[in-house]
Amino acid sequence: MQDVVLALLAKEPSHGYDLRRRLAAALGPLGEPLNAGQVYVTLTRLEKAGLVVQEREDAPVRGPRRKVYGLTAAGQERVAAWMAEGVGPRADVSEFHLKLVAAAESGLADPLALVRRRRQELMRSLAEAQRAALAHDANSEAGLLLEGIALRLQADLRWLEACARTWSARASRGNGGGDA
Amino acid sequence: MRHDDTRPDDDGVGSGGSGPARRRGAPPGAGTEPAVRRGDPRTRSGRAADPVLRAVGLSRTYGRGESTVWAVDALDLDVPAGQTLAVTGPSGCGKSTLLQLFGGLDRPTDGEVWLGGRRIDHLGEQALARLRRRAVGFVFQAFHLMDELTAAENVELPALLAGASPRAARRRAADLLDRVGLTDRARHLPAKLSGGQRQRVAIARALVNEPLVVLADEPTGNLDSAATHEVLRLFDELRAGGQTLVMVTHDERVAATADRVVSMRDGMLADDTRLDDGVGSGGSGGGPRRSGASSELGALLGWEG
Ligand SMILES: Nc1ncnc2c1ncn2[C@@H]1O[C@H](COP(=O)(O)OP(=O)(O)OP(=O)(O)O)[C@@H](O)[C@H]1O
Ligand SMILES: [Mg+2]
Repeated sequence: MQDVVLALLAKEPSHGYDLRRRLAAALGPLGEPLNAGQVYVTLTRLEKAGLVVQEREDAPVRGPRRKVYGLTAAGQERVAAWMAEGVGPRADVSEFHLKLVAAAESGLADPLALVRRRRQELMRSLAEAQRAALAHDANSEAGLLLEGIALRLQADLRWLEACARTWSARASRGNGGGDA
Repeated sequence: MRHDDTRPDDDGVGSGGSGPARRRGAPPGAGTEPAVRRGDPRTRSGRAADPVLRAVGLSRTYGRGESTVWAVDALDLDVPAGQTLAVTGPSGCGKSTLLQLFGGLDRPTDGEVWLGGRRIDHLGEQALARLRRRAVGFVFQAFHLMDELTAAENVELPALLAGASPRAARRRAADLLDRVGLTDRARHLPAKLSGGQRQRVAIARALVNEPLVVLADEPTGNLDSAATHEVLRLFDELRAGGQTLVMVTHDERVAATADRVVSMRDGMLADDTRLDDGVGSGGSGGGPRRSGASSELGALLGWEG
């Protein structure tokens, strides 16, 4: 969550309410349990770590004034590093999804390039699993485990296809993100 | 697999005339004349290995004007000798069209197709038919076996059409059926065989003329996972023996068994991934797989420490 919040701040400084709205839009029903308090707790932690600073206070037409947060230089470095690193072989769907959303939103990385790289990682893992599977009897215990691993990798790869479709459609419409 | 029978219609493109020793165990490309040297001036540039298949600016359109469909769109692709290549991509992206262009079953609207160092896209019908018979082995999703012929006869047929003697064809078919584990089914009609067995017969048939390349369109598309496993094992043996193979598949688990995976989108290549550690190119594809502990699998289990 810290990395996602940081990445969402990369485009422009925002207040907590805005960040929560963006996260809720990206996560749909999965984001419902997320409340404003959690976002503020995250922002406070990031501030203590020197990754974000309170820049100014918004003066909205009505309602309370809101604290606006922006990235420090260290925060920017951390976001760039997070974008550049792979998510690891066992990353879950929402983690990678948020990375794509944040990449598009911040303009710090091309979501399609991230999809391509992830696909290559997963294909290599699947290649390993399949090589091992071909070397084992499909009915052995090891064969059974390998089949499970291969099927899960296949599911991940199929979802990546959907990611590629959606993000390339968005890229060609010229709205990389930010649409709630 | 080398046979002593004569090859009356050898036109110099089939594997018959050019270094078929490649397939006999030893690593392909090692010490043997590259199979595809002749004909293509571009292959004299001193690269280690020349592609068995090459597409240059390859396009195939259907229809005209507003409604033109670019099934294959200015595509460039080299398939080195000994490589197994998987082609993936969403339905309608042009995979089958590409395979048909590679195999001389269809002609491009634009661009070039080279097979075994020879440009084939503007060959005459007869030359093309001869080339297909001798240099290409096709495997299809729906097997396409002749219902009224036994398994062995199905395998023999392309050998006979290519001019082999009946005795030689019989011997080759028997060898191949043994290789695909179907010796005891040789006299069965296709109707008496399971889907996996039929596909293995079809693979034996594709190999009977020792083709330069095997082209397989969704070879496991009609098979369950056990039969798929058998076909993949067979392909893996072919791979180890240095057979160049291009397979179209939408099954990622099938694609992952190849040396290299390209994905297509809208008739173009969208991605190109090496799965064989990218060691060398061309004829090195038939070497032994990386063996021993698998880092990637360990990482999947989360035991990487
Ligand atoms: N004979 C034809 N006439 C007109 N259009 C065709 C013809 N054959 C193919 N096409 C079109 O060319 C495009 C590519 O078709 P192709 O069969 O190569 O796709 P594919 O990737 O093999 O799809 P699938 O995964 O569904 O088999 C499609 O849009 C298809 O409609
Ligand atoms: Mg097709």
